[in-house]
Amino acid sequence: MEHIDWGLVDWSRAQFALTALYHWIFVPLTLGLSFIIAIMETIYVKTGNPEWKRITKFWMKLFGINFAIGVATGIILEFQFGTNWSNYSWFVGDIFGAPLAIEGIMAFFLESTFIAIMFFGWEKVSKKAHLWSSWLVAIGSNLSGLWILAANGWMQNPVGMQFNPETVRNEMNNFWDVLFNPVAVNKFLHTISSAYVLAAIFVIGISAWFLLKNRNTSLSKKSMIVASVFGFLAIIYAIFTGDGSAKEVAKHQPMKFAAMEGLYQGQRKAPLVAIGFFGINKDEHNSQEQKFAFEFKIPNALSYMAFMDINAFVPGIKDLVHGNKDEGIISYNEKIEKGKTAIDALAAYKNAKKENNNELAETSLKTFNENFKYFGYGYYFGKDPHLLIPDVKISFYAFHTMVGLGFYFVLLFFLIYMYAYKNKFQKKKWLLRMAVWTIPLAYVAQEAGWIVAEVGRQPWVIQDLMPNIAAVSQIDQSSVQITFFLFLAVFTALLIAEIKIMLTQIKKANISNTNENKGGTE
Amino acid sequence: MKNIWNFYIEGFRDMPKYGRRVWTIIIIKLIIMFAVLKVFFFQDFLSTKGKTDKEKSEYVSKQLLNIKK
Repeated sequence: MEHIDWGLVDWSRAQFALTALYHWIFVPLTLGLSFIIAIMETIYVKTGNPEWKRITKFWMKLFGINFAIGVATGIILEFQFGTNWSNYSWFVGDIFGAPLAIEGIMAFFLESTFIAIMFFGWEKVSKKAHLWSSWLVAIGSNLSGLWILAANGWMQNPVGMQFNPETVRNEMNNFWDVLFNPVAVNKFLHTISSAYVLAAIFVIGISAWFLLKNRNTSLSKKSMIVASVFGFLAIIYAIFTGDGSAKEVAKHQPMKFAAMEGLYQGQRKAPLVAIGFFGINKDEHNSQEQKFAFEFKIPNALSYMAFMDINAFVPGIKDLVHGNKDEGIISYNEKIEKGKTAIDALAAYKNAKKENNNELAETSLKTFNENFKYFGYGYYFGKDPHLLIPDVKISFYAFHTMVGLGFYFVLLFFLIYMYAYKNKFQKKKWLLRMAVWTIPLAYVAQEAGWIVAEVGRQPWVIQDLMPNIAAVSQIDQSSVQITFFLFLAVFTALLIAEIKIMLTQIKKANISNTNENKGGTE
Repeated sequence: MKNIWNFYIEGFRDMPKYGRRVWTIIIIKLIIMFAVLKVFFFQDFLSTKGKTDKEKSEYVSKQLLNIKK
Protein backbone atom coordinates (compact mmCIF):
# COMPACT_ATOMS: atom_id res chain seq x y z
CA MET A 1 0.00 0.00 0.00
CA GLU A 2 1.16 3.50 -0.81
CA HIS A 3 1.53 6.11 1.88
CA ILE A 4 -0.31 9.43 2.04
CA ASP A 5 1.93 12.33 1.11
CA TRP A 6 0.67 14.75 3.75
CA GLY A 7 3.11 17.41 2.53
CA LEU A 8 1.54 17.30 -0.92
CA VAL A 9 -1.98 17.52 0.56
CA ASP A 10 -1.02 20.47 2.75
CA TRP A 11 0.78 22.37 -0.03
CA SER A 12 -2.09 21.77 -2.46
CA ARG A 13 -4.53 23.03 0.16
CA ALA A 14 -2.33 26.02 0.94
CA GLN A 15 -2.11 26.92 -2.73
CA PHE A 16 -5.85 26.69 -3.20
CA ALA A 17 -6.48 28.72 -0.05
CA LEU A 18 -4.00 31.39 -1.11
CA THR A 19 -5.62 31.73 -4.54
CA ALA A 20 -9.17 31.75 -3.18
CA LEU A 21 -8.35 34.32 -0.49
CA TYR A 22 -6.63 36.65 -2.95
CA HIS A 23 -9.43 36.18 -5.50
CA TRP A 24 -11.90 37.12 -2.79
CA ILE A 25 -10.14 40.42 -2.18
CA PHE A 26 -11.27 41.61 -5.63
CA VAL A 27 -14.69 39.99 -6.05
CA PRO A 28 -16.85 41.43 -3.23
CA LEU A 29 -16.09 45.02 -4.19
CA THR A 30 -17.17 44.28 -7.77
CA LEU A 31 -20.41 42.63 -6.58
CA GLY A 32 -21.40 45.44 -4.23
CA LEU A 33 -20.01 48.53 -5.92
CA SER A 34 -21.78 47.66 -9.17
CA PHE A 35 -25.14 48.02 -7.39
CA ILE A 36 -24.16 51.23 -5.59
CA ILE A 37 -23.12 52.71 -8.95
CA ALA A 38 -26.39 51.61 -10.54
CA ILE A 39 -28.34 53.26 -7.70
CA MET A 40 -26.35 56.49 -8.06
CA GLU A 41 -26.88 56.54 -11.80
CA THR A 42 -30.59 55.92 -11.30
CA ILE A 43 -30.71 59.03 -9.10
CA TYR A 44 -28.90 60.94 -11.87
CA VAL A 45 -31.35 59.79 -14.54
CA LYS A 46 -34.37 60.51 -12.29
CA THR A 47 -33.20 63.93 -11.11
CA GLY A 48 -31.15 65.05 -14.09
CA ASN A 49 -28.67 66.56 -11.62
CA PRO A 50 -25.21 66.42 -13.31
CA GLU A 51 -23.50 66.15 -9.95
CA TRP A 52 -24.87 62.63 -9.61
CA LYS A 53 -23.36 61.83 -12.99
CA ARG A 54 -19.94 62.98 -11.75
CA ILE A 55 -20.41 60.97 -8.56
CA THR A 56 -21.40 57.89 -10.56
CA LYS A 57 -18.38 58.28 -12.85
CA PHE A 58 -15.98 58.63 -9.94
CA TRP A 59 -17.09 55.38 -8.29
CA MET A 60 -17.27 53.72 -11.68
CA LYS A 61 -13.60 54.54 -12.16
CA LEU A 62 -12.67 52.72 -8.94
CA PHE A 63 -15.02 49.88 -9.86
CA GLY A 64 -13.26 49.57 -13.23
CA ILE A 65 -9.81 49.38 -11.67
CA ASN A 66 -10.91 46.70 -9.22
CA PHE A 67 -12.76 44.74 -11.90
CA ALA A 68 -9.85 44.83 -14.32
CA ILE A 69 -7.22 43.78 -11.78
CA GLY A 70 -9.40 41.04 -10.31
CA VAL A 71 -10.84 39.65 -13.52
CA ALA A 72 -9.79 36.08 -14.34
CA THR A 73 -7.97 35.54 -11.02
CA GLY A 74 -10.60 32.87 -10.32
CA ILE A 75 -9.58 30.92 -13.42
CA ILE A 76 -6.44 29.85 -11.56
CA LEU A 77 -8.67 27.92 -9.19
CA GLU A 78 -9.95 25.99 -12.18
CA PHE A 79 -6.35 25.27 -13.27
CA GLN A 80 -5.75 23.82 -9.83
CA PHE A 81 -8.80 21.57 -10.01
CA GLY A 82 -7.43 19.92 -13.15
CA THR A 83 -3.86 19.59 -11.94
CA ASN A 84 -3.74 19.35 -8.16
CA TRP A 85 -7.19 17.89 -7.52
CA SER A 86 -7.74 15.64 -10.53
CA ASN A 87 -9.41 12.80 -8.59
CA TYR A 88 -11.89 15.33 -7.26
CA SER A 89 -12.45 16.87 -10.70
CA TRP A 90 -13.23 13.47 -12.15
CA PHE A 91 -15.39 12.40 -9.20
CA VAL A 92 -17.64 15.51 -9.36
CA GLY A 93 -18.11 15.20 -13.10
CA ASP A 94 -20.64 17.53 -14.68
CA ILE A 95 -22.06 18.72 -11.36
CA PHE A 96 -19.23 21.16 -10.99
CA GLY A 97 -18.69 21.62 -14.71
CA ALA A 98 -22.26 22.71 -15.59
CA PRO A 99 -22.57 25.65 -13.15
CA LEU A 100 -19.03 26.81 -13.97
CA ALA A 101 -19.74 26.67 -17.71
CA ILE A 102 -22.95 28.69 -17.26
CA GLU A 103 -21.00 31.15 -15.14
CA GLY A 104 -18.33 31.49 -17.81
CA ILE A 105 -20.83 32.12 -20.60
CA MET A 106 -22.89 34.56 -18.54
CA ALA A 107 -19.86 36.41 -17.26
CA PHE A 108 -18.44 36.75 -20.73
CA PHE A 109 -21.54 37.85 -22.59
CA LEU A 110 -23.42 39.80 -19.95
CA GLU A 111 -20.59 41.49 -18.10
CA SER A 112 -18.18 42.10 -20.95
CA THR A 113 -20.84 43.48 -23.27
CA PHE A 114 -22.51 45.79 -20.80
CA ILE A 115 -19.31 46.82 -19.06
CA ALA A 116 -18.14 48.21 -22.41
CA ILE A 117 -21.34 50.27 -22.69
CA MET A 118 -20.96 51.33 -19.07
CA PHE A 119 -17.47 52.72 -19.64
CA PHE A 120 -17.42 53.71 -23.30
CA GLY A 121 -21.05 54.56 -23.87
CA TRP A 122 -21.74 57.69 -21.78
CA GLU A 123 -22.06 59.97 -24.80
CA LYS A 124 -22.90 57.25 -27.33
CA VAL A 125 -26.08 55.67 -26.02
CA SER A 126 -29.17 57.20 -24.41
CA LYS A 127 -29.28 57.85 -20.66
CA LYS A 128 -31.75 55.04 -20.18
CA ALA A 129 -29.76 52.55 -22.24
CA HIS A 130 -26.67 53.41 -20.21
CA LEU A 131 -28.58 52.99 -16.98
CA TRP A 132 -29.83 49.59 -18.13
CA SER A 133 -26.25 48.57 -18.87
CA SER A 134 -25.13 49.57 -15.40
CA TRP A 135 -27.92 47.52 -13.79
CA LEU A 136 -27.19 44.56 -16.07
CA VAL A 137 -23.51 44.64 -15.10
CA ALA A 138 -24.55 44.55 -11.44
CA ILE A 139 -27.07 41.76 -11.96
CA GLY A 140 -24.72 39.82 -14.26
CA SER A 141 -21.77 39.90 -11.90
CA ASN A 142 -23.98 38.81 -9.01
CA LEU A 143 -25.48 35.99 -11.07
CA SER A 144 -21.94 34.80 -11.86
CA GLY A 145 -21.52 34.40 -8.14
CA LEU A 146 -24.70 32.33 -7.99
CA TRP A 147 -23.22 29.57 -10.17
CA ILE A 148 -19.91 29.48 -8.35
CA LEU A 149 -21.65 29.32 -4.98
CA ALA A 150 -24.07 26.65 -6.22
CA ALA A 151 -21.00 24.55 -7.02
CA ASN A 152 -19.43 25.33 -3.63
CA GLY A 153 -22.74 24.62 -1.86
CA TRP A 154 -22.85 21.21 -3.50
CA MET A 155 -19.43 20.40 -2.06
CA GLN A 156 -20.75 21.23 1.41
CA ASN A 157 -24.04 19.36 0.92
CA PRO A 158 -23.98 17.06 -2.14
CA VAL A 159 -27.50 16.67 -3.56
CA GLY A 160 -29.20 16.15 -6.91
CA MET A 161 -26.77 13.51 -8.14
CA GLN A 162 -26.33 9.80 -8.70
CA PHE A 163 -22.96 8.05 -8.43
CA ASN A 164 -22.05 6.01 -11.48
CA PRO A 165 -19.89 3.06 -10.37
CA GLU A 166 -18.83 2.33 -13.95
CA THR A 167 -17.17 5.69 -14.48
CA VAL A 168 -16.50 6.47 -10.77
CA ARG A 169 -18.27 9.75 -11.36
CA ASN A 170 -21.21 11.59 -9.89
CA GLU A 171 -23.85 12.52 -12.43
CA MET A 172 -26.36 15.28 -11.99
CA ASN A 173 -29.88 13.90 -11.95
CA ASN A 174 -31.67 17.02 -10.78
CA PHE A 175 -30.30 20.42 -11.80
CA TRP A 176 -32.85 22.26 -9.63
CA ASP A 177 -31.82 20.33 -6.52
CA VAL A 178 -28.25 21.45 -7.14
CA LEU A 179 -29.27 25.07 -7.80
CA PHE A 180 -31.79 25.33 -4.96
CA ASN A 181 -29.74 23.31 -2.50
CA PRO A 182 -30.55 25.14 0.77
CA VAL A 183 -26.84 25.33 1.64
CA ALA A 184 -26.09 26.96 -1.73
CA VAL A 185 -29.02 29.38 -1.54
CA ASN A 186 -28.07 30.58 1.94
CA LYS A 187 -24.42 30.74 0.99
CA PHE A 188 -25.16 32.81 -2.10
CA LEU A 189 -27.43 35.25 -0.29
CA HIS A 190 -25.03 35.61 2.63
CA THR A 191 -22.03 36.03 0.36
CA ILE A 192 -23.56 38.70 -1.87
CA SER A 193 -25.12 40.62 1.02
CA SER A 194 -21.78 40.66 2.82
CA ALA A 195 -20.16 41.84 -0.44
CA TYR A 196 -22.65 44.75 -0.50
CA VAL A 197 -21.58 45.56 3.05
CA LEU A 198 -17.94 45.69 2.00
CA ALA A 199 -18.70 47.93 -0.96
CA ALA A 200 -20.76 50.28 1.21
CA ILE A 201 -17.92 50.51 3.72
CA PHE A 202 -15.48 51.17 0.86
CA VAL A 203 -17.61 54.08 -0.38
CA ILE A 204 -18.16 55.44 3.13
CA GLY A 205 -14.46 55.12 4.04
CA ILE A 206 -13.20 56.95 0.96
CA SER A 207 -15.89 59.61 1.32
CA ALA A 208 -14.88 60.03 4.97
CA TRP A 209 -11.27 60.53 3.88
CA PHE A 210 -12.37 63.28 1.48
CA LEU A 211 -14.32 64.95 4.27
CA LEU A 212 -11.33 64.78 6.61
CA LYS A 213 -9.30 66.48 3.89
CA ASN A 214 -12.15 68.90 3.23
CA ARG A 215 -12.30 67.90 -0.43
CA ASN A 216 -15.13 66.78 -2.69
CA THR A 217 -17.52 67.39 0.19
CA SER A 218 -20.71 67.29 -1.82
CA LEU A 219 -19.71 64.03 -3.51
CA SER A 220 -18.76 62.56 -0.16
CA LYS A 221 -21.96 63.50 1.64
CA LYS A 222 -24.18 62.25 -1.14
CA SER A 223 -22.16 59.05 -1.52
CA MET A 224 -22.24 58.43 2.21
CA ILE A 225 -26.01 58.70 2.37
CA VAL A 226 -26.49 56.22 -0.47
CA ALA A 227 -23.85 53.85 0.90
CA SER A 228 -25.04 53.98 4.51
CA VAL A 229 -28.64 53.12 3.59
CA PHE A 230 -27.48 50.43 1.15
CA GLY A 231 -24.98 49.10 3.68
CA PHE A 232 -27.43 49.13 6.57
CA LEU A 233 -30.03 47.14 4.61
CA ALA A 234 -27.30 44.78 3.38
CA ILE A 235 -25.87 44.10 6.85
CA ILE A 236 -29.32 43.41 8.30
CA TYR A 237 -29.93 40.98 5.45
CA ALA A 238 -26.44 39.49 5.93
CA ILE A 239 -27.27 38.81 9.58
CA PHE A 240 -30.47 36.95 8.59
CA THR A 241 -28.76 34.99 5.83
CA GLY A 242 -25.82 34.28 8.14
CA ASP A 243 -28.26 32.85 10.64
CA GLY A 244 -29.77 30.77 7.81
CA SER A 245 -26.31 29.54 6.84
CA ALA A 246 -25.50 28.61 10.45
CA LYS A 247 -28.72 26.55 10.63
CA GLU A 248 -27.74 24.72 7.44
CA VAL A 249 -24.25 24.08 8.81
CA ALA A 250 -25.73 22.69 12.06
CA LYS A 251 -27.94 20.39 10.00
CA HIS A 252 -25.50 19.17 7.35
CA GLN A 253 -22.03 19.79 8.80
CA PRO A 254 -22.35 19.31 12.57
CA MET A 255 -18.58 18.98 13.04
CA LYS A 256 -18.00 22.35 11.40
CA PHE A 257 -20.70 23.86 13.61
CA ALA A 258 -19.14 22.38 16.76
CA ALA A 259 -15.70 23.67 15.70
CA MET A 260 -17.09 27.16 15.00
CA GLU A 261 -18.30 27.28 18.60
CA GLY A 262 -15.46 25.29 20.19
CA LEU A 263 -18.10 22.91 21.55
CA TYR A 264 -16.61 19.59 22.66
CA GLN A 265 -19.38 18.21 24.82
CA GLY A 266 -22.80 18.32 23.19
CA GLN A 267 -25.80 19.39 25.23
CA ARG A 268 -29.37 20.52 25.26
CA LYS A 269 -29.92 24.18 26.10
CA ALA A 270 -26.43 24.72 24.69
CA PRO A 271 -25.02 28.18 25.38
CA LEU A 272 -23.48 30.34 22.68
CA VAL A 273 -19.92 31.50 23.30
CA ALA A 274 -20.26 35.17 22.34
CA ILE A 275 -16.64 35.99 23.22
CA GLY A 276 -13.98 33.43 23.98
CA PHE A 277 -10.23 32.91 24.05
CA PHE A 278 -8.55 29.54 24.10
CA GLY A 279 -5.80 28.79 26.56
CA ILE A 280 -2.32 27.99 25.32
CA ASN A 281 -2.02 24.30 24.69
CA LYS A 282 1.41 22.72 24.37
CA ASP A 283 0.00 19.65 22.64
CA GLU A 284 -1.72 20.99 19.56
CA HIS A 285 -2.80 17.55 18.37
CA ASN A 286 -6.36 17.32 17.08
CA SER A 287 -7.36 14.79 19.73
CA GLN A 288 -6.56 17.33 22.45
CA GLU A 289 -9.54 19.32 23.67
CA GLN A 290 -9.03 23.05 23.26
CA LYS A 291 -10.15 24.68 26.50
CA PHE A 292 -11.27 28.27 26.87
CA ALA A 293 -9.15 30.50 29.09
CA PHE A 294 -11.95 33.05 28.97
CA GLU A 295 -15.48 32.78 27.68
CA PHE A 296 -18.64 34.82 27.81
CA LYS A 297 -21.67 32.65 27.17
CA ILE A 298 -25.28 33.42 26.31
CA PRO A 299 -27.42 30.68 27.86
CA ASN A 300 -29.50 28.48 25.49
CA ALA A 301 -28.60 30.63 22.51
CA LEU A 302 -26.68 27.98 20.54
CA SER A 303 -29.52 25.43 20.68
CA TYR A 304 -31.94 28.14 19.62
CA MET A 305 -29.69 29.49 16.87
CA ALA A 306 -29.13 26.03 15.38
CA PHE A 307 -32.58 24.47 15.70
CA MET A 308 -34.98 27.25 16.86
CA ASP A 309 -35.53 25.25 20.04
CA ILE A 310 -33.68 25.82 23.32
CA ASN A 311 -34.15 22.16 24.25
CA ALA A 312 -32.55 20.91 21.04
CA PHE A 313 -29.38 18.85 21.39
CA VAL A 314 -26.31 20.39 19.77
CA PRO A 315 -23.67 17.70 19.24
CA GLY A 316 -20.15 18.49 20.34
CA ILE A 317 -16.89 17.30 18.81
CA LYS A 318 -16.66 14.38 21.26
CA ASP A 319 -20.22 13.24 20.46
CA LEU A 320 -19.43 13.23 16.76
CA VAL A 321 -16.09 11.42 17.11
CA HIS A 322 -17.10 8.87 19.75
CA GLY A 323 -20.83 8.70 19.01
CA ASN A 324 -23.77 9.32 21.30
CA LYS A 325 -26.31 6.50 21.35
CA ASP A 326 -28.85 8.49 23.37
CA GLU A 327 -28.93 11.12 20.63
CA GLY A 328 -28.70 8.64 17.75
CA ILE A 329 -25.21 9.76 16.66
CA ILE A 330 -22.94 7.05 15.34
CA SER A 331 -19.21 7.27 16.00
CA TYR A 332 -16.59 8.12 13.41
CA ASN A 333 -15.14 4.64 13.77
CA GLU A 334 -18.49 3.16 12.71
CA LYS A 335 -18.66 5.59 9.80
CA ILE A 336 -15.11 4.66 8.83
CA GLU A 337 -16.12 0.98 8.83
CA LYS A 338 -19.12 1.73 6.63
CA GLY A 339 -16.99 3.86 4.32
CA LYS A 340 -14.45 1.06 4.01
CA THR A 341 -17.30 -1.34 3.24
CA ALA A 342 -18.46 1.01 0.47
CA ILE A 343 -14.96 1.25 -1.04
CA ASP A 344 -14.46 -2.53 -0.88
CA ALA A 345 -17.91 -3.12 -2.36
CA LEU A 346 -17.11 -0.79 -5.25
CA ALA A 347 -13.85 -2.64 -5.88
CA ALA A 348 -15.69 -5.98 -5.71
CA TYR A 349 -18.35 -4.67 -8.10
CA LYS A 350 -15.77 -3.58 -10.65
CA ASN A 351 -13.91 -6.90 -10.44
CA ALA A 352 -17.17 -8.84 -10.73
CA LYS A 353 -18.09 -6.86 -13.83
CA LYS A 354 -14.72 -7.66 -15.41
CA GLU A 355 -15.28 -11.35 -14.68
CA ASN A 356 -18.89 -11.17 -15.89
CA ASN A 357 -20.07 -12.33 -12.48
CA ASN A 358 -23.41 -10.52 -12.50
CA GLU A 359 -24.67 -11.97 -9.26
CA LEU A 360 -21.65 -10.78 -7.29
CA ALA A 361 -21.78 -7.46 -9.11
CA GLU A 362 -25.39 -6.98 -8.05
CA THR A 363 -24.83 -7.82 -4.37
CA SER A 364 -21.67 -5.66 -4.29
CA LEU A 365 -23.51 -2.75 -5.82
CA LYS A 366 -26.31 -3.12 -3.26
CA THR A 367 -23.77 -3.06 -0.42
CA PHE A 368 -22.06 -0.08 -2.01
CA ASN A 369 -25.30 1.90 -2.36
CA GLU A 370 -26.25 1.15 1.25
CA ASN A 371 -22.98 2.58 2.49
CA PHE A 372 -22.25 5.22 -0.13
CA LYS A 373 -23.15 8.15 2.12
CA TYR A 374 -20.13 7.23 4.28
CA PHE A 375 -17.83 6.59 1.29
CA GLY A 376 -15.27 9.26 2.20
CA TYR A 377 -14.85 8.04 5.76
CA GLY A 378 -13.38 4.81 4.36
CA TYR A 379 -10.13 6.62 3.53
CA TYR A 380 -9.52 6.96 7.26
CA PHE A 381 -9.55 3.21 7.81
CA GLY A 382 -6.72 2.34 10.19
CA LYS A 383 -6.13 5.98 11.00
CA ASP A 384 -6.88 8.14 14.00
CA PRO A 385 -10.51 9.36 13.68
CA HIS A 386 -9.43 12.64 15.27
CA LEU A 387 -7.93 13.48 11.87
CA LEU A 388 -11.52 14.19 10.85
CA ILE A 389 -11.71 17.19 13.19
CA PRO A 390 -11.05 20.56 11.54
CA ASP A 391 -8.79 23.14 13.15
CA VAL A 392 -10.99 24.25 16.04
CA LYS A 393 -9.08 27.40 16.95
CA ILE A 394 -9.02 28.76 13.40
CA SER A 395 -12.71 27.92 12.85
CA PHE A 396 -13.75 29.50 16.16
CA TYR A 397 -11.71 32.69 15.82
CA ALA A 398 -12.61 33.20 12.16
CA PHE A 399 -16.31 32.74 12.90
CA HIS A 400 -16.29 35.07 15.89
CA THR A 401 -14.22 37.68 14.07
CA MET A 402 -16.72 37.70 11.20
CA VAL A 403 -19.75 37.92 13.50
CA GLY A 404 -18.18 40.52 15.79
CA LEU A 405 -17.25 42.74 12.85
CA GLY A 406 -20.73 42.28 11.40
CA PHE A 407 -22.32 43.79 14.50
CA TYR A 408 -19.76 46.59 14.49
CA PHE A 409 -20.75 47.38 10.88
CA VAL A 410 -24.42 47.69 11.93
CA LEU A 411 -23.41 50.34 14.44
CA LEU A 412 -21.20 52.14 11.91
CA PHE A 413 -23.90 52.33 9.23
CA PHE A 414 -26.42 53.54 11.80
CA LEU A 415 -24.11 56.29 13.08
CA ILE A 416 -23.11 57.39 9.58
CA TYR A 417 -26.71 57.62 8.43
CA MET A 418 -27.82 59.41 11.61
CA TYR A 419 -25.12 62.10 11.31
CA ALA A 420 -25.63 62.31 7.55
CA TYR A 421 -29.32 62.95 8.10
CA LYS A 422 -28.52 65.71 10.61
CA ASN A 423 -25.75 66.98 8.28
CA LYS A 424 -23.17 66.80 11.08
CA PHE A 425 -20.56 64.69 9.32
CA GLN A 426 -17.63 67.00 9.28
CA LYS A 427 -17.83 67.82 12.98
CA LYS A 428 -17.50 64.15 13.89
CA LYS A 429 -13.85 63.63 13.02
CA TRP A 430 -13.66 60.48 15.16
CA LEU A 431 -16.46 58.91 13.14
CA LEU A 432 -14.81 59.82 9.86
CA ARG A 433 -11.50 58.34 11.00
CA MET A 434 -13.35 55.27 12.19
CA ALA A 435 -14.99 54.95 8.77
CA VAL A 436 -11.62 55.14 6.98
CA TRP A 437 -10.08 52.47 9.22
CA THR A 438 -13.09 50.23 8.78
CA ILE A 439 -12.20 49.58 5.11
CA PRO A 440 -9.53 46.97 5.95
CA LEU A 441 -11.81 45.50 8.62
CA ALA A 442 -14.47 44.87 5.98
CA TYR A 443 -11.91 42.81 4.05
CA VAL A 444 -10.94 40.97 7.23
CA ALA A 445 -14.61 40.04 7.78
CA GLN A 446 -14.87 38.78 4.19
CA GLU A 447 -11.79 36.60 4.43
CA ALA A 448 -12.79 35.35 7.89
CA GLY A 449 -16.12 34.22 6.40
CA TRP A 450 -14.33 32.12 3.80
CA ILE A 451 -11.96 30.69 6.38
CA VAL A 452 -14.94 29.54 8.47
CA ALA A 453 -16.58 27.99 5.42
CA GLU A 454 -13.49 26.22 4.12
CA VAL A 455 -11.36 25.41 7.17
CA GLY A 456 -14.45 24.34 9.13
CA ARG A 457 -15.35 21.67 6.58
CA GLN A 458 -11.92 20.05 6.54
CA PRO A 459 -10.93 17.39 5.74
CA TRP A 460 -13.86 17.17 3.35
CA VAL A 461 -13.56 18.33 -0.22
CA ILE A 462 -17.05 16.88 -0.73
CA GLN A 463 -18.84 16.48 2.58
CA ASP A 464 -18.68 12.84 3.76
CA LEU A 465 -17.89 11.56 0.26
CA MET A 466 -14.38 12.70 -0.54
CA PRO A 467 -11.65 13.87 1.84
CA ASN A 468 -8.70 15.89 0.62
CA ILE A 469 -6.36 12.87 0.91
CA ALA A 470 -8.41 11.06 -1.76
CA ALA A 471 -8.99 14.13 -3.92
CA VAL A 472 -5.38 15.20 -4.41
CA SER A 473 -3.38 14.29 -7.55
CA GLN A 474 -0.15 12.37 -7.20
CA ILE A 475 2.04 15.16 -8.54
CA ASP A 476 5.43 16.39 -7.52
CA GLN A 477 5.18 18.39 -4.29
CA SER A 478 7.96 20.72 -5.41
CA SER A 479 5.91 21.91 -8.40
CA VAL A 480 3.07 22.82 -6.04
CA GLN A 481 5.53 24.71 -3.85
CA ILE A 482 6.97 26.60 -6.81
CA THR A 483 3.53 27.65 -8.05
CA PHE A 484 2.47 28.58 -4.53
CA PHE A 485 5.24 31.16 -4.36
CA LEU A 486 4.62 32.23 -7.97
CA PHE A 487 0.99 32.92 -7.12
CA LEU A 488 2.00 34.71 -3.98
CA ALA A 489 4.25 37.00 -6.04
CA VAL A 490 1.73 37.55 -8.86
CA PHE A 491 -1.24 38.19 -6.60
CA THR A 492 0.73 40.44 -4.28
CA ALA A 493 1.91 42.44 -7.31
CA LEU A 494 -1.68 42.71 -8.55
CA LEU A 495 -2.89 43.83 -5.15
CA ILE A 496 -0.14 46.44 -4.86
CA ALA A 497 -0.93 47.66 -8.38
CA GLU A 498 -4.64 47.93 -7.55
CA ILE A 499 -4.05 49.82 -4.32
CA LYS A 500 -1.52 52.12 -5.97
CA ILE A 501 -3.69 52.97 -8.99
CA MET A 502 -6.76 53.42 -6.81
CA LEU A 503 -4.97 55.65 -4.31
CA THR A 504 -3.61 57.79 -7.15
CA GLN A 505 -7.10 58.22 -8.59
CA ILE A 506 -8.61 58.97 -5.17
CA LYS A 507 -5.90 61.47 -4.25
CA LYS A 508 -6.18 63.40 -7.49
CA ALA A 509 -9.97 63.29 -7.64
CA ASN A 510 -11.45 66.73 -8.00
CA ILE A 511 -15.04 65.99 -8.80
CA SER A 512 -16.39 69.51 -9.12
CA ASN A 513 -13.84 70.31 -11.83
CA THR A 514 -14.25 67.11 -13.77
CA ASN A 515 -14.93 67.59 -17.43
CA GLU A 516 -18.13 65.65 -17.95
CA ASN A 517 -17.73 65.37 -21.67
CA LYS A 518 -14.35 63.74 -21.73
CA GLY A 519 -13.95 60.00 -21.97
CA GLY A 520 -15.97 57.28 -20.36
CA THR A 521 -14.22 56.97 -17.05
CA GLU A 522 -12.73 60.37 -16.49
CA MET B 1 -21.18 45.53 -37.02
CA LYS B 2 -19.09 48.50 -38.06
CA ASN B 3 -20.76 50.64 -35.39
CA ILE B 4 -19.99 48.08 -32.71
CA TRP B 5 -16.37 47.88 -33.91
CA ASN B 6 -16.05 51.67 -33.88
CA PHE B 7 -17.66 51.81 -30.46
CA TYR B 8 -14.88 49.67 -28.98
CA ILE B 9 -12.10 51.30 -31.01
CA GLU B 10 -13.13 54.80 -29.96
CA GLY B 11 -13.60 53.66 -26.39
CA PHE B 12 -10.06 52.32 -26.22
CA ARG B 13 -8.64 55.30 -28.09
CA ASP B 14 -10.19 57.82 -25.70
CA MET B 15 -9.21 55.84 -22.64
CA PRO B 16 -7.48 57.89 -19.92
CA LYS B 17 -3.91 57.12 -18.81
CA TYR B 18 -4.87 55.02 -15.82
CA GLY B 19 -7.15 52.96 -18.10
CA ARG B 20 -4.21 52.14 -20.38
CA ARG B 21 -2.15 51.17 -17.34
CA VAL B 22 -4.90 48.87 -16.13
CA TRP B 23 -5.17 47.24 -19.57
CA THR B 24 -1.40 46.69 -19.60
CA ILE B 25 -1.73 44.89 -16.28
CA ILE B 26 -4.61 42.78 -17.61
CA ILE B 27 -2.58 41.71 -20.65
CA ILE B 28 0.52 40.88 -18.58
CA LYS B 29 -1.64 38.96 -16.13
CA LEU B 30 -3.33 36.94 -18.85
CA ILE B 31 0.02 36.14 -20.50
CA ILE B 32 1.43 34.90 -17.19
CA MET B 33 -1.71 32.87 -16.51
CA PHE B 34 -2.24 31.25 -19.89
CA ALA B 35 1.21 31.25 -21.50
CA VAL B 36 3.30 30.43 -18.42
CA LEU B 37 1.28 28.94 -15.58
CA LYS B 38 -1.19 26.91 -17.65
CA VAL B 39 1.40 25.64 -20.13
CA PHE B 40 4.25 24.81 -17.78
CA PHE B 41 2.66 24.14 -14.40
CA PHE B 42 -1.03 23.37 -14.80
CA GLN B 43 -1.46 20.73 -17.43
CA ASP B 44 -4.52 18.52 -17.19
CA PHE B 45 -3.15 15.79 -14.92
CA LEU B 46 -5.57 13.07 -16.05
CA SER B 47 -4.66 13.62 -19.69
CA THR B 48 -1.17 12.42 -18.79
CA LYS B 49 -2.69 9.21 -17.40
CA GLY B 50 -5.05 8.37 -20.23
CA LYS B 51 -6.33 9.64 -23.52
CA THR B 52 -9.90 8.40 -23.41
CA ASP B 53 -12.49 8.86 -20.70
CA LYS B 54 -12.34 5.12 -20.05
CA GLU B 55 -8.60 5.25 -19.36
CA LYS B 56 -9.02 8.27 -17.13
CA SER B 57 -11.84 6.56 -15.29
CA GLU B 58 -9.69 3.47 -14.75
CA TYR B 59 -6.86 5.56 -13.38
CA VAL B 60 -9.12 7.46 -10.93
CA SER B 61 -10.81 4.20 -9.99
CA LYS B 62 -7.43 2.69 -9.06
CA GLN B 63 -6.59 5.77 -7.03
CA LEU B 64 -9.89 5.85 -5.17
CA LEU B 65 -10.03 2.13 -4.45
CA ASN B 66 -6.53 2.08 -3.02
CA ILE B 67 -6.73 3.20 0.62
CA LYS B 68 -3.37 4.66 1.53
CA LYS B 69 -1.73 4.36 4.92
